[in-house]
Amino acid sequence: MSSDAAIQLLTPDGQLVSDDRTSEYLPWIEKLPESRLLDFHRQMVVMRRFDTEAGNLQRQGQLALWIPSIGQEGAQVGSGYAAAPQDHIFPAYREHAVGRIRGLDPMRLIEMLRGLSHGGWVPSETGNFHLYTLVIGSQSLHATGYAMGIALDKLNGNASGASDQDTDAAVLVYYGDGASSQGDVSEAMIFAASYQTPQVFFLQNNHWAISVPVERQSRTPLYLRGTGFGIPSVQIDGNDVLASYAVTSQGLLDARSGRGPRYIEALTYRMGAHTSSDDPSKYRENDEVAYWGARDPITRYEAYLRGKGVGDDFFSEVAEEAEDLAAEVRARTMTLQDPPTTKIFEHVYTDAHPLVDAQRDWLAAYEASFADDAGEGAGR
Amino acid sequence: MTDTLTLAKAINLGLQKALADDQKVLLMGEDIATLGGVFRVTEGLVSEFGRNRVIDTPLAESAIVGTAIGLAMRGYRPVCEIQFDGFIFPGFDQITSQLAKLTYRHEGSARFPIVIRVPYGGHIGAVEHHQESPEAYFAHTPGLRVVSPATPQDGYWMIQQAIQSNDPVMFFEPKSRYWQKGEVDRETPPGAFQASRVVRTGTEVTLVGHGAMVSVLLQAADIAAAEGTSIEVIDLRSLSPIDYAPIIASVQKTGRLVVAQEAPGHASVGSEIASTVAERAFYSLEAPVLRVSGFDTPFPPAKLEGIYLPDADRILEAVDRALAY
Repeated sequence: MSSDAAIQLLTPDGQLVSDDRTSEYLPWIEKLPESRLLDFHRQMVVMRRFDTEAGNLQRQGQLALWIPSIGQEGAQVGSGYAAAPQDHIFPAYREHAVGRIRGLDPMRLIEMLRGLSHGGWVPSETGNFHLYTLVIGSQSLHATGYAMGIALDKLNGNASGASDQDTDAAVLVYYGDGASSQGDVSEAMIFAASYQTPQVFFLQNNHWAISVPVERQSRTPLYLRGTGFGIPSVQIDGNDVLASYAVTSQGLLDARSGRGPRYIEALTYRMGAHTSSDDPSKYRENDEVAYWGARDPITRYEAYLRGKGVGDDFFSEVAEEAEDLAAEVRARTMTLQDPPTTKIFEHVYTDAHPLVDAQRDWLAAYEASFADDAGEGAGR
Repeated sequence: MTDTLTLAKAINLGLQKALADDQKVLLMGEDIATLGGVFRVTEGLVSEFGRNRVIDTPLAESAIVGTAIGLAMRGYRPVCEIQFDGFIFPGFDQITSQLAKLTYRHEGSARFPIVIRVPYGGHIGAVEHHQESPEAYFAHTPGLRVVSPATPQDGYWMIQQAIQSNDPVMFFEPKSRYWQKGEVDRETPPGAFQASRVVRTGTEVTLVGHGAMVSVLLQAADIAAAEGTSIEVIDLRSLSPIDYAPIIASVQKTGRLVVAQEAPGHASVGSEIASTVAERAFYSLEAPVLRVSGFDTPFPPAKLEGIYLPDADRILEAVDRALAY
C-alpha cells in the first residue's frame, strides 16, 4: 500500500526527511512563514470537523447525501495552498478543503447536497475554484481546455485582452484512481501533452472507487501513466501535507513557466465511505483501514508542529475554531429554504428560449390555479 | 453583393467573417487546419488566421468538445468540427452531460458560446457511420440549440449567428448539399436565427423538413404542381427550439401536413412536430399528420440508401394519402 517511489517529506511519526530525493522540495517548506505552516494544520482539522458535522446532518435527514473526505486532508490542503491566487482549480467532488482554502463558503456544499442547487457558486468569487463535476473524470478536459486558453492568450498576445497576471496562471485539476480509467482523463493528458498546457494533474489515489480497489484500475502504479503520455510525473505520500504542498508548488511553477504539464499521484486513503449511501464494510478489511489510520495526515502533522515547539494553546484554539464552524454550519443548515419553483427554468439557456419560457409560464398558472381553489385562509 | 456559392464555400466565408470580426473565435477539430477539413469547409483559414486560431486537434471527439468547454470558460468562442455525423458519439457525454448543463449548473454565472459543426445525412454513398442523421438526440437535450441550414445563403449567415449565440449550438450541415450552388447575399441582414421559413407557397398540403430534405420537398412540390396539386414547403432551419408559428399558420390554411426527414422516424424531430401540430391545430386538420422518414433501422449499406432515404416519390405517396382523407 505504501510505495518506495513516493516522495515523503514527513515520516508518519512527524520527522522531516532530509535526503537526496527530498532536497529538491525542502526549500519550498523552508521558505514558508510559520503562519502558513499553522494554516495547514488549521484547515485539516477544521475541515475534518466540518466533514463529520455534514455527515451527521445527512444521518439526521438534513442532507440528501454527504461525500466524506476524511483521511485525504493532507493531499488536499497541501496542494490547495500550493496554488497561486490567479490559478484555476477544477475539482472532482470531494475536494472540500481545497474549496475552503480558495474562499468557497462550505455552505455551498451543504446546499448542493441538500438538493437546493447543482453547485451554482461563482468561480470568480471563490478563488477560481470551479464547480464540482459528478460524471467521473469529465472535468479533466475542461481543465485542459482552460489551460489551452491560458497558453493561447500568451501566443495571441494582447489581442486576447488577458492581463499579465492572468497569463501567469496555471491550472490544477483533481481526480481519483477510479477516474484514471476514464477515457476523458487519458484524452486530457493527450491534449495537455500535445499543446504543452500549463497545468498539473493531481490524482488522489485513495485506493477505492466505491467498492473497486485500485488494483482493478491499473496494473502499474498510476504515476507511470503520466510518464507514458510524455508528462513528467511523480508519486507522493499524499498523507504528508508538506510533500503535497512542495511537490504541487514545484509542478505549478514548472507549468506556469512554460515547461508543460505535470502529473502527481498522491497516495492517500478514503477513511470513510464513498458517500453516505455506501457501506465500505462490505468490501474492505478492518486491518487495511487500521493501517491507514496509523498514517493519518493530521496526527503526523501535529507531531511535526509540536516538535517545532508549537504548544497546546494553538491546538486548543484550532479545536475551538473547528467546533465553531460545525455549530455555525448546523445552525445555518436549519435556516435553509427550498428554492422557488421558478428555479427549474432559470439559466437553462443564456438567451431567451420559447419552450422553456412557455413551460415556466404554464407552471406558474398551474400553481396559481390551486391557490384560487384553496379559497380564503386555506394555504397550501 | 450577391455571389453564387456552394454551401461549403458559404460556410467557409461565414467562418472567415466570424474569425475576422472576433479575436475570441477559434476553430478546432480533426484535419481542419492543414487539410482544410475532409469537406474543405475550413480551407484556407489557417493560412489567414494562423495555427493558434485554426487548430488541428488530436483524434478524440470527447476532448474536442471537453477542451472547448474549458476554452469557453477562459472567454473563447470555440467552433468545433466533428468530422462525420456518426463520429459524434465519443463526444456525446461532453455535449449532453457537460456542455448542455453547464449554464444551468453555473446558475448563469458562465456562458458557453460553443458551436459544434456536424456534417450529416446521406446521399453520398459512403461507408457506415458517415451518412447518419443524429439530430434528434440533441434536440431532445435541454440546454442545446440545434439548427440546420438548407441553402448557401443560410449557411453563410446562420454559422455567424450560431457563433454569436451565447448558448451552445449544434450546427448540422447537410453534407450532400455542400457542393450545390445558390445565391448568397452577404450584405442583406439575416432574418431571425431560429425562425422556420415558408420557401414555397401553396394551398392544399404543407410539407415540412430541414437540411437536405428541403430540396426533396421542393422537387416533390414541383411534380405535384404539374399534376394540379398546390403544395406549401417550410424549411424548418431550427430543430430546437422549433418555430411553430409558420407551421401552424400553414396548416390552418392547407389542413394537411407531411413531415419529412432522413433520420429514423421513431422519437424524432418529425414526431415532435406531428404531436405539437395535433395539439395546437387539431380543428384545422383534414387528415392525420403523416411522417416520411428514414426507416427505423441502422443506415443501410450505401447501395440501398436510395431506398432508405425519403425521395420525392415517397413524399408524394404521403401527400396522396393525406389528400385521400
